[in-house]
Amino acid sequence: MSTLQTATPSAAALDSNKTDESIAVVANQWQLIWWKFRKHKLAMLGGSVTFVIYFVALFADFFAPFPPNAYASNYTYAPPQQLHILDQTEDGLRLQPYVNGYKVEIDYNAGRRNFVVDPEVKIPVGFFVEGEPYKILGLIDANIHLIGPLHADDPMYLLGADRLGQDVFSRTIYGARISMTIGLVGVAMSLVFGVLLGGISGYFGGWVDTLIQRVIEFLQSIPSIPLWIGLAASIPVDVPPLQVYFLITIILSVIGWTGLARVVRGKFYALKSEDFVKAARLDGCSSLRIILRHMVPSFLSHIIAVVTLAIPGMIIAETSLSFLGIGLRTPVVSWGVLLQEAQNIRAISTAPWLFWPGVGVVIAVLALNFLGDGLRDAADPYA
Amino acid sequence: MVQYILKRFLYMIPTLLAVSIVSFIIINLPPGDFVDALIAQRRAESGENVTPEEEVGLRKFYHLDQPLPVQYVDWITGIILEGDFGMSLRWNRPVDQLIWERLAMTFALSLSSMLFIWVVAIPIGVYSAVNQYSIGDYLATFVGFIGLAIPNFLLALVLLYISFRFFDQSVGGLFSPEYIDAPWSLAKVADLFSHMWIPMVVLGTAGTASLIRTLRANLLDELRRPYVTTARTKGLPEYWLLIKYPLRHALNPFVSSLNDIFVNLVSGATIVSIVLSLQTTGPLLFDALRNQDMYLAGSAIMMLSVLTVLGTLFSDLLLAWLDPRIRFS
Repeated sequence: MSTLQTATPSAAALDSNKTDESIAVVANQWQLIWWKFRKHKLAMLGGSVTFVIYFVALFADFFAPFPPNAYASNYTYAPPQQLHILDQTEDGLRLQPYVNGYKVEIDYNAGRRNFVVDPEVKIPVGFFVEGEPYKILGLIDANIHLIGPLHADDPMYLLGADRLGQDVFSRTIYGARISMTIGLVGVAMSLVFGVLLGGISGYFGGWVDTLIQRVIEFLQSIPSIPLWIGLAASIPVDVPPLQVYFLITIILSVIGWTGLARVVRGKFYALKSEDFVKAARLDGCSSLRIILRHMVPSFLSHIIAVVTLAIPGMIIAETSLSFLGIGLRTPVVSWGVLLQEAQNIRAISTAPWLFWPGVGVVIAVLALNFLGDGLRDAADPYA
Repeated sequence: MVQYILKRFLYMIPTLLAVSIVSFIIINLPPGDFVDALIAQRRAESGENVTPEEEVGLRKFYHLDQPLPVQYVDWITGIILEGDFGMSLRWNRPVDQLIWERLAMTFALSLSSMLFIWVVAIPIGVYSAVNQYSIGDYLATFVGFIGLAIPNFLLALVLLYISFRFFDQSVGGLFSPEYIDAPWSLAKVADLFSHMWIPMVVLGTAGTASLIRTLRANLLDELRRPYVTTARTKGLPEYWLLIKYPLRHALNPFVSSLNDIFVNLVSGATIVSIVLSLQTTGPLLFDALRNQDMYLAGSAIMMLSVLTVLGTLFSDLLLAWLDPRIRFS
């Protein structure tokens, strides 16, 4: 049974290089899960990337060279510059990072100015430079940025600029904040509903179970995107951004909880007739105690895996809604909002670098999928 | 079997009723109604102001002065008894005129994406399972994961960009300009198919990826069974051994996931159609929602849901036909 707290010899042998067979080894379940997870290379990679993304999102002010809404109207659609670490001068190579400046070319056919990278001009940049002041985690004053131009007025667009001359690189980093947390908040909300309703459904059974199951089947039979579009379109335009954020998470969890509830119900159903649950009941434990103390811990690892796998879907959904213009709106910076810029073929053919936030989405979704897959495999370390 | 089919049909009725109620609630969620939108639009376009009396008149004209339950009952009885979905307030035309052709297009698109998924996923899934841990298997897994991770609309945008940039053609829409208003003909159908492949690929990628993984896992389980070894020692040719038993077993969950995939396709088609400006229900619904064209929006959401409910019914019946254990439980 997966709830046993002591390791069986075969499970302990999983880590044979560390343990001595003559010593009785007691590893708890989480340790076993970790050992099994560790063997899954892709999952480890996914986990690390996920961690890095959340870390960067948390300290976005430091990692982004510029504030998210800083614009420079004289650098609209400036193309990306390549970052050079070494500078080739007359005295030889010198460690002086720089990017090339821009020159303007007039495109007479299209009747507009185009920026092209000018190899003649060198703009010195540096690491850990002083820039726009911000507060670390909203508490501590700081003004150091990971990278930035040495002279504050010089243009530096590592991933190009958008329609308003805003830095795509900085905005993609800030976008991670909203996009990555909306998945977390949405899943957390789904989890509360899912565990509650799935638990009730599986634990009590009978007509409550039938009712909840019918509701779930019904919600799953409605195509989600039209439903989301319908709900999101009903958010009035004048609602403040923070409220829109929470409304969107609620909308996403309207469908999100059903999948989780199914899993939880299945687990409750399977565990209900187990001996240890029967024993707890005979001991006179209350239903709540049996659920929280005895049943939930035994499938918590599964829940964590399912939750991780649910986050990417939420991220994609938010991105899609915001892209359509009915999710989050500017001035909020999320990957979906940023991709709105890439909505028509004209914009993306002039400035293909507007796709960069999309790359962020793909990497985040991939990493979370790998992580979730690994967690799912490791969730039952005795298998 | 007849009994099972009847039961499934009866189950559908409350679902459809619930679908219609939910659709109606959604379209009434936004603050204000169509008349408000109309007045705002008139004011913006011609600076014309609408007197309160006129406003009341307009509401009466569009039957928006009734309480919501009455409006709902009017709407739903119209649909059931006369097939009348109400008027599109914005287009000033009956909703069913607008919606049927687009719905047919959504259905055609979803169905052809479904076929695409099967045609691609089955051979690749079988190959991946038979040649586990080969380069081809890793490649399929990798491409599959990428397919899962790219949002539909992003893939559509990238394909738009590539075809615009490197092939110098526009891929939006489902028809070439000369065929849009032309009556149906063989040439028009051919034109449709030449435009359909991009949305088909875009819609199919995610489904293909998940089906490859499902099929691979199922087939791997089956291939380890003793009966496969028995068949092999008996001297059965390898391909026949594969097709005769393990594949049939492995396809079972395939059929049961059919309905999830179909729901996802119909749902995904909404967004892809908006990006690629296809003549399906998606853009129509989107416009209708933005203009608070309630009967059109409500009917669109409802008919899309009906489409998926029918898809579910179809896959359930197919599964019951394939698997007697379901039929008799």
